[in-house]
Parts: sequence; C-alpha cells; structure tokens
Amino acid sequence: MSKLHTSRRGLLKGSAAAGIALATPTIFTSRAWSAGYTNEPTGGTVTLGFNVPQTGAYADEGADELRAYELAVEHINGEGDGGMLNTFSSKALKGDGVNGKKVVFVTGDTQTKSDAARASAKRMIEKDGAIMITGGSSSGVAIAVQGLCQDAGVIFMAGLTHSNDTTGKDKRANGFRHFFNTEMSGAALGPVLKNAFGSERSAYHLTADYTWGWSQEGSIKKYTEELGWKTAAAVRTPLGAGDFSQYITPVLNSGADVLVLNHYGRDMVNSLTQAVQFGLRDKQVNGKDFAIVVPLYSRLMAQGAGENVKGIFGSTNWHWSLQDEGSKAFVKSFGTKYGFPPSQAAHTTYCQALLYADACQRAGTFMPSGVGKALEGFKFDGLGNGPTEYRADDHQCFKDVLVVKGKENPTSKFDVLEVVEVTPRAQVEYPASLLGGELGPYNDGA
Amino acid sequence: MKIFEMNKSDAILFLCFSAAILAGPILLTPIGAGYPDLLQKFAIFGIFALGFNILFGLTGYLSFGHAAFLGVGSYTAVWTFKLLSMNPIPAIILATVVGGLFAAAIGFVSLRRSGIYFSILTLAFAQMSYNLAYSVLTPITNGETGLQLAQSDPRVLDAAFGRDYGAVLPSPDFFGISMSGYPGFYFCAIMLIICFFISMRIFRSPFGLMLRAVKSNQNRMNYTGLNTRPYAQAAFVISGMFAGLAGGLMAVTDPLAGAERMQWTASGEIVLMTILGGSGTLLGPVIGAGAIKYFENIFSAFNEGILMNAFSFLPESLQHLAVGITSLFVGEGWHLTLGALFMLIVIFLPGGLMEGFNRIRNRFLKRSGDGSGGTADTVPAAAE
Repeated sequence: MSKLHTSRRGLLKGSAAAGIALATPTIFTSRAWSAGYTNEPTGGTVTLGFNVPQTGAYADEGADELRAYELAVEHINGEGDGGMLNTFSSKALKGDGVNGKKVVFVTGDTQTKSDAARASAKRMIEKDGAIMITGGSSSGVAIAVQGLCQDAGVIFMAGLTHSNDTTGKDKRANGFRHFFNTEMSGAALGPVLKNAFGSERSAYHLTADYTWGWSQEGSIKKYTEELGWKTAAAVRTPLGAGDFSQYITPVLNSGADVLVLNHYGRDMVNSLTQAVQFGLRDKQVNGKDFAIVVPLYSRLMAQGAGENVKGIFGSTNWHWSLQDEGSKAFVKSFGTKYGFPPSQAAHTTYCQALLYADACQRAGTFMPSGVGKALEGFKFDGLGNGPTEYRADDHQCFKDVLVVKGKENPTSKFDVLEVVEVTPRAQVEYPASLLGGELGPYNDGA
Repeated sequence: MKIFEMNKSDAILFLCFSAAILAGPILLTPIGAGYPDLLQKFAIFGIFALGFNILFGLTGYLSFGHAAFLGVGSYTAVWTFKLLSMNPIPAIILATVVGGLFAAAIGFVSLRRSGIYFSILTLAFAQMSYNLAYSVLTPITNGETGLQLAQSDPRVLDAAFGRDYGAVLPSPDFFGISMSGYPGFYFCAIMLIICFFISMRIFRSPFGLMLRAVKSNQNRMNYTGLNTRPYAQAAFVISGMFAGLAGGLMAVTDPLAGAERMQWTASGEIVLMTILGGSGTLLGPVIGAGAIKYFENIFSAFNEGILMNAFSFLPESLQHLAVGITSLFVGEGWHLTLGALFMLIVIFLPGGLMEGFNRIRNRFLKRSGDGSGGTADTVPAAAE
C-alpha cells in the first residue's frame, strides 16, 4: 500500500466537494424564495398535517382526534352529511374545499414525546408540504410543536391541550387554541365543589409531572384555597406511570379528605381505579366522606375507569349528550361514520380544523398572518359550545365551561357523564395579562 | 502533517464517504428521505453511532447507557444558547466537553467491571440521569416539558457583541446562517465527516489496535503486565464526547432538550443501530443509524390511505387483504418491521449490513476471505 500525503490532492478534492456542498442548498432555497410564505399551495390541493399521539398514555385520545380530523376533511371537501358546517354561524365554507383547493392531509405520531412530535411535525412541514399543523394530546407536546410552527412559519391549531401555558406563558402568534384551560376549569369547579363538599376541606393533589399537571394543580389550589380549603400535600407523579399505588398509600395517612387527581388519559384511569380499589371513597376522614375530584374529565377516560367514576366531579370542554343543534349534528355524523359518539378531544380537533378552513376562506389566503388576522377576535356559534370568541390578545377561545359528574345510573357504556352545571363564559374569563407571555409577531416563513 | 496521512484505500473511502454525505439531499430524495429534518437526524445519529462503535466495536464493552451523554450534550447546548450565545460553535464545544466529563465520571465507576455487569452499571447510571432530568432537576431541565429558549434569556456573549434579536424568539445561527433546514444539515454533515475522520484515525492507530486487543482477550493483556483500564477509559470518554457532540447538534438544529432523549430505549436504539450496521466496522454504524431513522420517520408515517394507493393495481378484495396485512408493519407497527429485520440480520448476517455488502462484493470480485479495502479489515463482531 502506498502512503500518500493528502495535503494537496486532498485540498483540491476537498474544495471541489465543498463547492458542491455550498451550491446544493441554493438549489432548494431558490424554490423557497419564490413562494410568499412557507409551503404556499400551488396545485389543486392544500395539505394539512395531523400530529396526534398514536402510541403512549394518550393514544385513545389521539385515535379519536384522528377520526374527527378525517371527518372534518370530508365535510370541508363536501363529502358526507356536512356535520357542524350546517350549524356553524360562519357560512364562508361551501363544501368545495378551501379557497378552491381540495383539502388533503398527512398524519404523524407524536408518541406523547416532545422530540418525536417535533420530528413528525417537521417531516410534515418539510417533506409533505403541510400548510398547517394541528393536534397534540399533551400540553408539553403542544407547546413544543407550537414553538416549532412559529419558527417554521405555519399555523398551529392546538388540539387537546389544557395547560394555561399554551396560550399563556408560552403563547405564540402562529398558535391558536379552541380547548379551555386549567384557569377556566378552576374557576368553574370552585363554586360546584363548595356546594358539594363545603368550605372546610383538606385536599391532597396527585399531579402529572409536566406543564399541564403543574398548571392544573396551581389553578385548583388557587380556587379551592379561595373557598377556604387547605392543601395537605401536592405530589408529582411521572407521566405514564401505570402503577400509582405507591402514591396513593400515603394519602390515607395524610389527614386529607379530598383527593385531587391532576391526571389525564390512561394515567387518570389507572390512578382513579387504584384509589377506588384502595377504598378511599368508603373512608370517613375528619368526620366527612372522603371525596375524589378529577379536574379534567373526558368520556374516554370515564369509560376506561368504568364504575369508579360514579359521582366524581370534574370539568370538560364538551360532552356528546349536549342538546344544541351543533352538538347533535356532530354526534350524528361522527356516529354514522364510526358507530360511537365522539369524545371532547374529537370535538375540539374537529372544531379547530373547521375554524382554520373557515378563516382561510374568509381571508382568501393560506398565509399565516392573513389567517391569523381572520381568527383574531372572531366570534362564532353553532360549534357545540354556544357563543364563542377567539380572543385576539392570546389566541384563546372563550366560551361556557361544563362541570360534569360521573353518572350514577348510566344507560349505556357511552352515557357515563352528566352535566351538573354550565358555567357561563363571564365567570371563567380572565385578563390576558394574568398568565404572562408574549404573542410576538406572525411568522410567514420563507 | 503525519496525522492526515492515510493509505490509498482509506483516502478513497474517506472521500467517497464525504461526497455521499454532502450529496445526501440529492441521493436520498428518491426514497423520500431527502428533507432537512431527517437528513440532520441521519448525520447526528451517525456521529452518535460512530462514537458508540469506538467503545463497543473496538473494546467490546457494551454500554447500555449512552443516551445519557446525548441528553447531557443537549442540555448543555441549550443552556449555552440561553446563557452565552446563539452561535452553535460554543454550544457544540461545551456539549462535547461536558459529555466527555460525564463519561469520565461514569466510566471511572463502570469500567471496574466488564461484560454484563458493565452493561447493567451503565444502564443504571443512564436511568438515574433520566430520572434526575425528568423530575429531580426540574429547575435545570424543565422536566417532561423540555428545556426551551425564551426571549428573555441573558445571552451574555451576544449582548457583549451587540447582537439584538428584537421581539422574536431567537434561533441558533452560524454567523447569520440559520441552523434549521439545509444549512443545519450541512453543519451536521461537516461534523459527521470530521468525526468519521477521527474515528478512522483511531481505528488505524496503535491505540485502536490496543483497544481491539482489549476486546479479544483482556485477561491475557493483564497477564503480560499491561494495565488495560486506561485504554478502556479513554475509549469510553471518546465515545461519550461523540455522544455529547451529537446531543449538542440535536439542540443546534432544534433548540429543545427533553428528558426522553436519555431514556433506556434511546440507549437501546444506538446499540441496535451499531449492530444492524455492523459493529467494529467503520461505515457500519453510520449505515445502521440511517436505516433505523429512516424506518422511524418514513415507515411510521404510512397510513391506510397511502397503502390503498400502493396496492391500487390489485382487485378490490385482494387490495383490502394486502392493505390489512401490510398495515400491521407500517404506521404505528414500524417497530415490528424493525424487529423482524433485526432478527434476520443477527441470524444470517452477524456482522451486520456491512457483512452483507462485503459478501456481495467478494462474490463479484471472486475474492474470498481477503476483504481488505478499508471497511472489512476487522473481524465482524458477534452480536453479544
């Protein structure tokens, strides 16, 4: 083998390679420059990216979200029975796609992990040319993806994310949320809890250890302590822990008489089931019946926890048994397609898809700043929550909040929750400055 | 300089490798992988795998905790962005250094044992790091949500040089070149090429030979009066630095660090990458890393609609049957495909994909057993 000095020849070859390297990116960027904004649709279709958890603790919610998205795309393209498009107060969408383009979609699995969620969102933006990303069934993921969409210059329509931070501390101009947040949950639950359990209670929190859990714990503490409740302890549990027995045993000896489960998805199903199995609900502490509260409820979880949810209070964004025209139309078309009623996750994602499409149609463009302007301060009705407004200050929807309770005598396996009270919007509204954060300017990307 | 001296076949291998990496966006577009995020992942995990291979491929020490160094590198890089500057250079330098320091500490304890005990020790350390990052050290790591940049970060160096990012959230840039998209890929690619060069030099050096000796029979080495620990320790630190660099680059291309990067599944993934590609070979780990990332990103995105299109040439009943069967292996079932592929490779090609390439080449060249030419001069390691 001959030894050779690579210094000169290597330099030549190296500089040739470097030349290619420097030239290559311009091939791609030159195309990007010609567009007015990231992924401007040029053909006859427009691509939306649905980024939902298909595996992990929130997989059930993710699957339901995906069903709702598919339904929304059908309705926007004029297939199916039109669902809530018929009851929606804005009549801009005619069932022929958006801005004359047919809507198509790509999907990704967030795995309920920020890294995976960002990777799949990036794939949809960079490879599949998605003009909007929506979904996410975890506030940690939603916040991570929202930041990514802001950087990339596409709109993010948050799905099931309940943390204050999504439209509070971590809000971004390109991000919009239809779902309610923990602040609203706390404000709505407070009075109901007072009526049910009185004002001298001691609460023990088990909290999912991430942004949503922290936010939920903070809001419930804030509103229950206003009532005069004490907080005995607040224990953080890892997301997706599976076995909560080690966290529930100490509750028995803590002197607390209310257990607040700041859990969601399978975590909530497991922790509630185990709490009931440990006999917490049959206990008498401080001369009062021990109570369990689940601040954020969903039908999917209630179904998973079965018998154990009876009589347990919580709040929810929407429930399929609502009798307004929008809800009925949505339940009907979802039920016809899939054979069971939609969850609140399905409802909020369906609404988000519709609201986005409608905003694009009204703005006459897909450019993020244009679409954003069309959504800001947008007042609408007929999507199942009564009169609703997209507040311009923080891109958060404001609407009535439902306080629900596990039904004592369910008539079917889907009929597990009953609405206790509809808390009017005025009671849950707060100034945007309360939660901090800066929207910043819109980013239209390339 | 002597350090840049290499024999002809190595020089050719190095140049081909560099050219292939730099032309990645063009070469990989036909298979749907030519988009910046995935290309960045290829390069970053290529670096990670190269580093892992220096430890596992050469010394035979199977570490099940390498993701810890990756995570530490990411956290370091994000903190560098927050405190010092948005320029990636300080970030990756610090990420590499901190990754190395971390590896020195863990290696110092773990390398007292070998074989399965070593693996379990590293696994335990990584899991400890993960749990620390996940809940105990939340003020530093921001727990499950992940460490993110904020507009109000101090960025001392940027401030000192009068760089103001205005009212928007800054993103890392290399003297004005944004580190997302293709420029980010080229930044990672150049790092990968540098790392490949370093790894090649280590493979060809007396030090590398010593590491192989550690693998083949450590006891005999000890009986001859040679203390092998410093060599293993050095290899461990070097591979930790590679991992730290990879973690830093992940933060450069996407300024967010999450604890799940340190989870044991991430450590297992790098073992899979190395074995799949061929441990102990130069190119193998990079190829393995590429293959696994490709599966993760492309196969996992196939949904029924895409399959229906793919099988549209079949009659309808057959189409549904074909879709029904294949849909088990794509989408959320991509792990199944990966598992099957991994089993096939371990059973039939214990030397990984590289062994497969060499067998094919040898068949064409009618040369058996020689297999020189840069990549195949090491004995394929059994997957232990």
